[in-house]
Amino acid sequence: MIRAEAISKSFGKLNVLRNVSVRLDAGRVVAVIGPNGSGKTTFIKTLLGMVVPDSGTVLFDNQPIEKQHAYRSQIGYMPQIGHYPANLKIRQLFEMMVDVRKNAATQLDEDLVEAFHLKGLFEKPLGTLSGGTKQKVSAALAFLFNPSVLILDEPTAGLDPLSSEILKEKIQKEHQNGKLILITSHVMSDLDELATDVLYLQDGSVQFYKTITELKLETGENKLGRVIAQLMSKVPQMS
Amino acid sequence: MNKITKYVLYDIVRNRFVMGYTLLLLAISMSFFSFESDPNKGLLSLLNIILMVVPLVSIIFSTIHFYNSYEFIELMSAQPLSRKAIFLSEYLGVAASLSLAFLVGVGIPTLVFGGDQSSLILIISGLLLTLSFVSLAFLASVITRDKAKGIGLALVLWFYFSLVYDGLVLGILFSFNDYPLEKAMLVLTALNPTDLARIMVLMKMDISALMGFTGAVFQDFFSTNYGLLVALFVLLLWVVVPVSIATRIFQKKDL
Amino acid sequence: MFQVNNSPCWDHRVSRSFSRSYTTYPQHSSVQLCAFQTLRHSVSSNWRTCTLLTTIAFLICFTSYARLWKITPKQPLKQAIEQANAYDTLLIQKGLYRIQNIVIDKPLTLIGQQFPILDIQFKNEIFTVKSNDVTIKGIEFRNVGMTSMIDWAAIKVLEASNIRILNNRIRNCYFGIYLSASDHCLVQGNDVQGNPKEEQNTGNGIHAWKCDSILIQHNHTQGHRDGIYFEFVTNSTIQHNDSQQNIRYGLHFMFSHNNGYFYNHFHKNGAGVAVMYTKFVTMKHNIFEQNWGGAAYGLLLKDISDSHIEQNSFKTNTVGVYMEGCSRSVFTKNQFIANGYALRVQANCDDNTLTYSNFRGNTFDVATNGDVVLNHVSHNYWDKYEGYDLNRDGIGDVPFRPVSLYATVIERIPQAMMLLRSFTVTLLDRIEKIIPTLTPEGMKDEKPQMKPLKL
Repeated sequence: MIRAEAISKSFGKLNVLRNVSVRLDAGRVVAVIGPNGSGKTTFIKTLLGMVVPDSGTVLFDNQPIEKQHAYRSQIGYMPQIGHYPANLKIRQLFEMMVDVRKNAATQLDEDLVEAFHLKGLFEKPLGTLSGGTKQKVSAALAFLFNPSVLILDEPTAGLDPLSSEILKEKIQKEHQNGKLILITSHVMSDLDELATDVLYLQDGSVQFYKTITELKLETGENKLGRVIAQLMSKVPQMS
Repeated sequence: MNKITKYVLYDIVRNRFVMGYTLLLLAISMSFFSFESDPNKGLLSLLNIILMVVPLVSIIFSTIHFYNSYEFIELMSAQPLSRKAIFLSEYLGVAASLSLAFLVGVGIPTLVFGGDQSSLILIISGLLLTLSFVSLAFLASVITRDKAKGIGLALVLWFYFSLVYDGLVLGILFSFNDYPLEKAMLVLTALNPTDLARIMVLMKMDISALMGFTGAVFQDFFSTNYGLLVALFVLLLWVVVPVSIATRIFQKKDL
Repeated sequence: MFQVNNSPCWDHRVSRSFSRSYTTYPQHSSVQLCAFQTLRHSVSSNWRTCTLLTTIAFLICFTSYARLWKITPKQPLKQAIEQANAYDTLLIQKGLYRIQNIVIDKPLTLIGQQFPILDIQFKNEIFTVKSNDVTIKGIEFRNVGMTSMIDWAAIKVLEASNIRILNNRIRNCYFGIYLSASDHCLVQGNDVQGNPKEEQNTGNGIHAWKCDSILIQHNHTQGHRDGIYFEFVTNSTIQHNDSQQNIRYGLHFMFSHNNGYFYNHFHKNGAGVAVMYTKFVTMKHNIFEQNWGGAAYGLLLKDISDSHIEQNSFKTNTVGVYMEGCSRSVFTKNQFIANGYALRVQANCDDNTLTYSNFRGNTFDVATNGDVVLNHVSHNYWDKYEGYDLNRDGIGDVPFRPVSLYATVIERIPQAMMLLRSFTVTLLDRIEKIIPTLTPEGMKDEKPQMKPLKL
């Protein structure tokens, strides 16, 4: 579905991505993990075209994404922090998104809107919302257009346990529907529940990209958290 | 593109700062027109304020707004929209809301109390001044990612165009007094949007004095509407060029 | 004031053909010379004396009857005029007359009926009047050519008295009405419109040289070099004229003492109005408007002394009044509105008085090239005055300095005009107002009015 071919990116002297080549297929839930500053966010942004790699290409359905924007109609993106125009009401934000993305073929997926009871808050300005509610709005927007790819940046951060569960259920449901889902998170237990694969980045390079089953087998650990801890201790620290 | 503009505009007109700006302009205009018995004198006092306040508010507000909208812009750029469309929508939204503030704050009182050609030119040049400083603000905002630096740059631009520039020009005039500086003066004026806006108003309000220039270049420039059209055109360039450069930078920029 | 006899009963008594008609009518009624009252006492008294003398002269000479001729376009006008006797009246019928130069060397009255057109096709001048007591009325003159040697004119008057040129139309002529060494002439109600070319190829609308006691009123001049031109003209009155769009001056005079100019309207002339080398000028109630250009002035005064400029209105001129070598003159109750400079006073002007005038909406009120200004300025209203009036007597408590620092900068560097109304300039003038150091000390109004004067 998405292929990154030898992408590198540096900001000034800092090499954020080094020769990253990854293949992300439909029907997978890929956990993108790594220590802070390892290039996770940059990698995601590269896939979204928000960061242009210095070298290498990203292919979406075998088409290079460079200077394209139409392919993003198949991606739902949930940013880490949702900052929205403060004086806009939630309803207007949804209207705008619908204006921007809707075409005749798309079926709106309002599962999360209903599960999070957002309709009741529709007339509230976005500036008055709590961080958690903003997260709910971001999540609902990401799923709203039934995209075939979901990119979720720290989706459960800031959500209360109940909402967190709702979101995870939704992710699993979409996984069942055969979508490609990319998740970055520091909450290993969440990833343990959701992910099929782990893409581990460190210092801009792919340390490993394996299925969870494989990893558990390799390490003999049962929980993803322990798996990662074990692997990280083995990885030679490079800078 | 206008899909986003509509909502950006909707967001900003509810912004307290923009409301305050509108009320400030309205208060200034009303006080000038009601204290001065002669509407032309009110217009002149208003001109001085417009040349200072409008660029300052336009450039600072736009820069701050741009940085505050950064995450929103990021989110929008994850949507099936071109960078150009997103950026220009933001520009149009900000420019339209500040223009609206100007029209309500200055345009309406000026038309009510003045209403002649000079008032109209004052409004047009004030509007273009707003657009061009929003344009400069967007340029400043895409040049640096750092909010503090961006606002600093915006302030420097304002300071330069509104306060320093004319002093420099006067300095040049004093130092090169012996040289023919006619064309140079026109070029120097064209290099500053506030000067262009000022000259446009002068061409209506002080035409008698401007016609006193002995030089043929000035005579040609001021005696017909040609000068006004040229000034208008160059001021439009000051609107279009910075925002186009900014768009180009934004298109290649990493968010 | 002035009555022109034009009784309709003439027509049926006049034979249709060009032959002598012995129809009679009393001469005195048609040559009833004016007793027009002028505003200047000296002029009018002069007039009265001369009028009396002429009337007596007529009564003595023409106890016989003058004849009335009626002329149509089919008849040669020149011959008719030659054949007419002194004090005859010629009625020129409507139509086009292609003519040669006609010399009028005896007292005649020529009256056009419904504006007959005399066209000379650029070959010469039309009427050359060399006799006293000639009246030319209601005729349209066309196409007088240009020469460099002689100033051809539609109507030229040479060394004559009591000439009356009334209600004529003059189109496309080199000079319009040209009075030379003549006196006691009346030029009234004429409409003179030239076809402006370069300054040296265009003559003046109404031109008077070495004349005395003439009255020029209610004329309209346009598209000439100077609308009205006087040189060595004395004791004369120019009033209610409208002079516009002439390529040089609307009114131009030199060495013309003791003349009065009232209720004239000068606008959109190439360089406004210029008056030079003259004493005892009186200008009242005139309007000077929209004279724009590097050397254009509402009123240019050069070497003028002992004159009165009162109750005039100067609007939207590049310079309202420009004074050079002007002395002992009084400027009072004038309106200066929306000029580039209301007044530009050269340092060689002294002992002038500027009082009770309104200065409103001028870009600059006063500019001067010098430091010492020996003029008296007081009781004017300046819209730029920002002083206060604590004792509420309508007079500001602090003096007003009409010369701004920026105006003195522009005197030195004209290009600095481009910075008009910029922040830098405002700052400059503010500082100067707080700490006056550079603007001329002497130039100030000690008693500025708080409110505009009703003029």
